[in-house]
Amino acid sequence: MAGAKFEQAMARLEAIVGELEKGDLPLDESLKIFEEGIRLSKNCLKVLEEAERKVEVLVQDKNGKKQLRAFSADDDDTQGSDSGS
Amino acid sequence: MWLEGEISNLRAPGSGHLYCTLKDDSSQIRAVIFRSAAVRLRFGLEDGLHVIARGRVTVYEPRGECQVILEHVEPKGRGALQLAFEQLKNRLAVEGLFDQERKRPLPAFPRKIGIVTSLTGAAVQDMLTVLHRRCPILGIIIVPVQVQGEGSAEQIASAIRSLNESDHVDVIIVGRGGGSAEDLWSFNEEVVVRAIVASHVPVVSAVGHETDITLADFAADVRAPTPSAAAEAVAPVLREVVGRLADLTTRCTQAMTLRCAEEHQRLELILAQIASIRFRILQEAQRVDGAVVQMRQAVQGVLKRGWKKVQFIKHELVTRSPGSQVLHGMAVVPHLRSRLVGVMQYGLERRMQKAYTCLASLHNLSPLAILGRGYSIVETVSTHQVIRDASQVSVGQGVLARLAEGQLHCTVNKIVKDPSV
Repeated sequence: MAGAKFEQAMARLEAIVGELEKGDLPLDESLKIFEEGIRLSKNCLKVLEEAERKVEVLVQDKNGKKQLRAFSADDDDTQGSDSGS
Repeated sequence: MWLEGEISNLRAPGSGHLYCTLKDDSSQIRAVIFRSAAVRLRFGLEDGLHVIARGRVTVYEPRGECQVILEHVEPKGRGALQLAFEQLKNRLAVEGLFDQERKRPLPAFPRKIGIVTSLTGAAVQDMLTVLHRRCPILGIIIVPVQVQGEGSAEQIASAIRSLNESDHVDVIIVGRGGGSAEDLWSFNEEVVVRAIVASHVPVVSAVGHETDITLADFAADVRAPTPSAAAEAVAPVLREVVGRLADLTTRCTQAMTLRCAEEHQRLELILAQIASIRFRILQEAQRVDGAVVQMRQAVQGVLKRGWKKVQFIKHELVTRSPGSQVLHGMAVVPHLRSRLVGVMQYGLERRMQKAYTCLASLHNLSPLAILGRGYSIVETVSTHQVIRDASQVSVGQGVLARLAEGQLHCTVNKIVKDPSV
């Protein structure tokens, strides 16, 4: 799942920053993980930018087929009579 | 009629009817609960349970016994729901469904959240508000369900399964707003508990208010006291995530920049060292050049002196060469020869003179000259022996007498040995 990947990427980025700030690695190693870190950072930003931002409702049509449709404020009161509060 | 007593000797054969004995300290009576009544019981009957029951007395004719047919049973001292809750909780707890080890951590950065709740009411709006405030980029899938009443538990369980099937959500919130214990009952249903346990996506329960606790709460990975709290629990604050990402990116770049600056400094230092070494090498090279020049001059001096000496020796050699002496000597030879010739001629002439003189003397001494003075030489004819003694010949023998002019062949006539005659 994308969410888990994002978490892994952030964790890896954190580890890389820690490693770079310690400064114990040889220069070429540092450059390698630095590049990886920048790539991870870009990917994470891309994930945030490309997030769906959608609110959808999963409904079943008459044939029992499930499908998603956009949620709107009108959805209130359209479903049954049970009260949530 | 109403009865109160303790259930004992409970039996539940396959027919679905329940049989037991209802007793108190002083009396007892057989009781039967037919299936139609039994299925309406929220809780399970068990031996030792103290109940209040409504029923009517009949006679079980085959045995001629009196029995009571119970139509409604409820636990004494507490509600039926409470009892049912505890019974189910214990049963499921034995299965390990509520074990702490089963709880999974919620994802720190979910991208999509599933919500199982009713579309009506404040709960869904509360959750959407909080989610949007914290993380406006979250994707949200709401699965609308009835959260109370007939069939609601099945709907809730099915909705959880649907979200698992779609496999698109990172976390699921199951919940509803507050209500009476009866209203919240669906979240105590076994089917809901099992659906939550079976979910491979982590589940947050959010049923009613802080004080409402349902079996769904025990089964969920995280129990939130309210729907709003559930939204808080699942949604990261986007601002913080972005801030953290930006911070990490900056630190990443800064650390690398610093590192590069350090390496650059080290490099500069090394370059400076190299430059100083190079300078020293140039200095040494200059010294070597100077030394080479000196050496060359020295060698040339030596060579020059040597050459001069060679020239001198050559000159000496030439001047002292035996060739010149030979030449010199050769020049002397003709002179010496002429001198030799002169000397020789002189000597020769002198000696010739002498020879002439000698010859003249010699002529005087010659026998021929003696003969000229009248003497002759007698010799034998045969052997030409000069006859000096008369005994050398005999009478009649021919002899030859050489005269100054001519010869005489004679025959001996007489030999006289006395010279005086």
